[in-house]
Amino acid sequence: MMIQVCIGSSCHVKGSYEVKTIFENLIRENQLEEQITLRPAFCLGNCGEGVSVKIDGEPISGVTTENAADIFRQYVLKG
Amino acid sequence: MVFDTQVQELKYQALKEVATLAWQDNLARGLLGSAARLIPGPQPTMRCCIYKERAIMEERLRMAMGGDPENDNVIEVIDIACDECPVAGIRVTESCRGCIAHRCMNACPKGAISIVNHRAVIDQEKCIECGRCVSACPYSAIVKSSRPCENACKVGAIHMDENKKASIDNQKCIACGACVYQCPFGAISDKSFILDCIDLIQKSENNQKYQVFAIVAPSISSQFHHATVEQVVSGLKALGFFNVVEVALGADMVAWREAQELAEKKFLTSSCCPAFVDYIRKSFPDMAQHISHNLSPMGEIAKYIKRIHPGCKVVFIGPCTAKKAERKQERVKDLVDCVLTFEELQALFDSKEIDLASLPGEALDNASYFGRVFARSGGLAVAVEEALKECGISPDEFTLNAISCNGITECKAALLRASKNVLPNNFIEGMACESGCIGGAGCITHGPKSKADVDKYGHEAMEKTIKDAIEILNF
Repeated sequence: MMIQVCIGSSCHVKGSYEVKTIFENLIRENQLEEQITLRPAFCLGNCGEGVSVKIDGEPISGVTTENAADIFRQYVLKG
Repeated sequence: MVFDTQVQELKYQALKEVATLAWQDNLARGLLGSAARLIPGPQPTMRCCIYKERAIMEERLRMAMGGDPENDNVIEVIDIACDECPVAGIRVTESCRGCIAHRCMNACPKGAISIVNHRAVIDQEKCIECGRCVSACPYSAIVKSSRPCENACKVGAIHMDENKKASIDNQKCIACGACVYQCPFGAISDKSFILDCIDLIQKSENNQKYQVFAIVAPSISSQFHHATVEQVVSGLKALGFFNVVEVALGADMVAWREAQELAEKKFLTSSCCPAFVDYIRKSFPDMAQHISHNLSPMGEIAKYIKRIHPGCKVVFIGPCTAKKAERKQERVKDLVDCVLTFEELQALFDSKEIDLASLPGEALDNASYFGRVFARSGGLAVAVEEALKECGISPDEFTLNAISCNGITECKAALLRASKNVLPNNFIEGMACESGCIGGAGCITHGPKSKADVDKYGHEAMEKTIKDAIEILNF
């Protein structure tokens, strides 16, 4: 599985670094390092509120430090 | 007028014309009437007649389309625009004593000097301005007043050819563009790759086939006075770029690496300014071993973007003509696909009738203060000092003693001393342009407030340290 986090300016100022760190920690906690690749991108063509993320090509916008963990559970852990 | 001089305005008209026609896919037909359209006459305003004015405009249009493909240099003389500056030349002054030795006459290889009424007289038709009589006269009674282009060229790459036209020695030229900005007749120009840029955007089919990134130099903050940097970002997207990235982030990356390289090697010359690097290679080849091995900020950020967006294209936009030469280097040519100046960007915006001031702004904020102040002389040294601190390199290990060379004359002085091992500094920050990049030949304006603009822009950065700015890149 591939998770891309946008670090383009528009997202960067809304907390890309924090979102990336939350994902990194969750990947580690769930021992998914082998299965999941976390990558940066300079724009996913989906600018809007919050940080833009793509999980296996599926665009998810509006990711924040508050909802990042929920989104990870919903899309990655499917629970 | 948005530019400093009318010469820039003329160049801009040619660029805008070519760009407008290219967007309409009408270059071949449209160009036929361009010169007459741009120089309507009927009275000449700059030269002897409108036909010469139009002929020169044709040449400016040619430069806007890439210039002479046979000439490797990105800087070219427009022969017919060169006014053969009559102010220049070799003159005998009142100090001539009408001596008996006539060393001046004997030194002249062209027989241009004769003695009339006990005084040396120069036949300007025969004189080739070689300057031998100037050196030969024991009274310093013969002077050579140089032309603006020769005076601007601190590396001695410009001389007159036998037709008294300016001629560039490509073996010496570092493409800094000083002559381009200084020639009062606009007879020297940088080649434009504006058509390549338009082609890249058009063939991307709205960034579907590949993405086109604009990477923008931090000196942007001293340009486009009628709009904010954020509005320029929106303008770039309106032109068709996929996204915009700060070159200052590449500068943060360079500062970080430069600090480590310095601690290891103990002496370095900077690698950010391509004209300075080229100057070392051409005029101080023995010092070339000390050039930092880092890519420039342009190369560094382009490399990163290409790694995370495989297949994308990168267009650098900045104040610099030498960047056009840097792009041709083996290790840069696959990283950066096109180089534009701010002058050219202005023409691009206007060719699409993009009114920056009416656009909403979009954020451009990845780099730190330190990456952004690379744009002015002294900024790189400040950034490297900060990076040494942030890397935890202790003063026992390495203590920075930088010299910031503002303009090529200062660079020359420092390099001369370093080559003789009498320079007390261990880091030479070299900027070929006066004031640094904000004094670049491709700037729209070169104002006294440029440095303050850059510093203000630096302080507006969200990231306060170099480490914070580059940490996000490592995943």
